[in-house]
Amino acid sequence: MSANSDVLIVGAGPAGLTAGLYASRAGLRVRCLEKMTAGGTAALTAKVENYPGFDEPISGFDLGQRMEKQARRFGLDIVSGSVDELAVKSNGFDVKTSGGVFAAEAVIVASGTRPVELGVPGEKEFRGRGVSYCATCDGPLFKNSKVAVVGGGDSALEEAAFLTRFCSRVYLIHRRDQFRAVKVLVERARANEKVTLVTHSVVQKIVGTEQGLEGVEVKDLESGSVKTLPVSGVFLYVGISPNTEFLSADTDTDEHGYVITDEEMRTSTKGLFAAGDVRKKSLRQISTAVGDGAVAAMSVVRFLEERESR
Amino acid sequence: MAATKPLHVTEETFEAEVLKSTVPAIVDFWAAWCGPCHMVAPILEEIAQEYDGRIKVCKLDVDANQSLAAKYGIRSIPSLLIFRDGSVVNQVIGAVPKAHLVKKIDEVLGA
Repeated sequence: MSANSDVLIVGAGPAGLTAGLYASRAGLRVRCLEKMTAGGTAALTAKVENYPGFDEPISGFDLGQRMEKQARRFGLDIVSGSVDELAVKSNGFDVKTSGGVFAAEAVIVASGTRPVELGVPGEKEFRGRGVSYCATCDGPLFKNSKVAVVGGGDSALEEAAFLTRFCSRVYLIHRRDQFRAVKVLVERARANEKVTLVTHSVVQKIVGTEQGLEGVEVKDLESGSVKTLPVSGVFLYVGISPNTEFLSADTDTDEHGYVITDEEMRTSTKGLFAAGDVRKKSLRQISTAVGDGAVAAMSVVRFLEERESR
Repeated sequence: MAATKPLHVTEETFEAEVLKSTVPAIVDFWAAWCGPCHMVAPILEEIAQEYDGRIKVCKLDVDANQSLAAKYGIRSIPSLLIFRDGSVVNQVIGAVPKAHLVKKIDEVLGA
């Protein structure tokens, strides 16, 4: 199977959908490839309360659905599939996917990130049986239970607060004393009597039996003491990693694999653009992703115009 | 003929529809609050049609049916359990691409 479009967008999160909206409205033939469903990482957030225009919190999933509907209204074609390889040709790209090869003149990579693993014993064994990377999805299954959240960024703090809706106790385990998360979230966690902060501490091991997870072994980095917190769930928010395996090694990335672009979202590969969380940037938010997406789409429009006029 | 759609099962109907099903049954343990559950929902609708008569596609709301969720140790949703002759013979935890799910189903149907 082969099909052509002016631009192919990898990923239907906020960045990809916004790029699709702008490029479709500019009259390009746009195809957007999504391996799961619209919304990206944001779709896993229970409550989005910092995206302007939504004065009442909206679920990330609902926001993603609305972005998809809006882009489709202007003709964006969203197809299901994941990218195996992005082959650079002299005059465009062959995007090899699980559903066939798509040819496109330009490509916008908006493939986002995925959570990184903690890398401790028990993590793989109890994945889906107590170890979770999505409090929104799994939190309500831990009603009246004790759980742990690991991490110190916005996600960890937000999800710890979310979990107190269901859980009797939430241990927030962080390896430093200071949190990277924004102040309002840290203050909320400190004020929440269901949250116990376990700072300057690291998880060494996740323990349990056939029946499921029973606790996390935590080491206090200051005293060196080790104790086991009795929890039936542990939610890991220790970092993210970009989804860039399909990119050719010729496209410049930083040391963590994030794609390097200029202000016009151009990568080091001609005709290849990047937008959203997958890009090297200082703030990964829905609001910054949609900005990237709009800029990338208009850069593609200019790129195609310039090429035609030559 | 109307298209075959996933069947919503409950604690009352689980035994008859799933455990005593004459064909293997895949049960999607899901909940309305869960984003990834919404992601697999359209995939299951396609599978219900494509595997009509070969596998029964069921959905179980873990909120309304907590004892079944507990019985099968559901700690992450979506959890997709494939039953044959009353026992779990294969499972997928988390939202996965359609190809992955189809492979798991074919493993059961081919066996």
